[in-house]
Amino acid sequence: MKITGLVTVIICGALLIFYAMDFPDFGDGTSPASTYLSPYFIEHTIEDANVPNIVTTVLADYRGYDTMYETTVVFTAGLACFFLLRRKESQNPPARFYRHTPTGITLRIEEGGKLPAEGSKVFMRIDSLWAPDSLIIKNTCRLVIAFIQLFALYVVAHGHHSPGGGFQGGVLLGSSIILFAISNDLRRSIKRFNEKTSAILGALGVLLYAGTGFLCLLLGAHFLNYKALAPIFRSTAAMARSHGILCVEIGVAFAVMAVMIWIYYNLSSAGKHDEGL
Amino acid sequence: MSLPIDMIILSLVVVSGIAAISVKDLLGAAIVFSAYSFLMCLSWAVMGAVDVAFTEATVGAGVSTVFCVAAVFHTTRRTKD
Repeated sequence: MKITGLVTVIICGALLIFYAMDFPDFGDGTSPASTYLSPYFIEHTIEDANVPNIVTTVLADYRGYDTMYETTVVFTAGLACFFLLRRKESQNPPARFYRHTPTGITLRIEEGGKLPAEGSKVFMRIDSLWAPDSLIIKNTCRLVIAFIQLFALYVVAHGHHSPGGGFQGGVLLGSSIILFAISNDLRRSIKRFNEKTSAILGALGVLLYAGTGFLCLLLGAHFLNYKALAPIFRSTAAMARSHGILCVEIGVAFAVMAVMIWIYYNLSSAGKHDEGL
Repeated sequence: MSLPIDMIILSLVVVSGIAAISVKDLLGAAIVFSAYSFLMCLSWAVMGAVDVAFTEATVGAGVSTVFCVAAVFHTTRRTKD
């Protein structure tokens, strides 16, 4: 088995290297892509869409259709994780661990035993693979999370002018919630951002993207041709394309954020949403 | 003799790629894979593709490492082969 794998990898690698030799050199000015396509993007981006960052324009405007399906793929990945991993909670939960906060004693309550009340101040539920909760980690994360989210919003909103955009900003927003789940525990994180919210937000993000495209269709242009949105934004065609890109980026950010959190919940608790990392 | 920075980064990418598949400890492999992603991110940045570098840093080195660690948490830590 190991030898067949090695042989397959070597053959595939050799084929890849063999065909990559036909590619044009790095930065080659005479390659097909840089003779007519790249010059068009470089020369016309500002007058077409009024966006200084050419990469954002190519991603969300010139090739918006492509990015729409990328967002759909991300959402489908979240759905696939949900269908593969999610398990229904059993009626009789297995042994649970509680800590009596005033004394610091850990209690193990067997299956079918009487559990303390849900919002009890005296008994704190702890994970069975318990890691001692650290004051330093908790408070550092509490401070850092707000700045991560602020930076994420900046990345989404400033994607027209600097590197960044929906995907990066969405991942940053998602990772701030994941950081909260790691530094505290999964249950507290689910209480603030539950599974239903993440599923709805993920679908909403894809809908926002496709809806922007569909709105263009309703206003008489091609699908995802943001020029048609000019009467709605009360602006020129170029500015309408810039605003259209922003709408689409926000949709991507919503979808990516929700899906990252959803996948993390399912992966870290093995689908039970009970105890996590 | 001074090597160009992209050659140094590329050779480190190869080293960390080989390390990621040969380490027996799966948690260690996840971390080495994160280092691989970060070196790829540096490599993109050297080539001038800053948007791609940003995506690689957030998705590759950030979230995918967390997912790998979360998955290792529910399996055995050492590989069988």
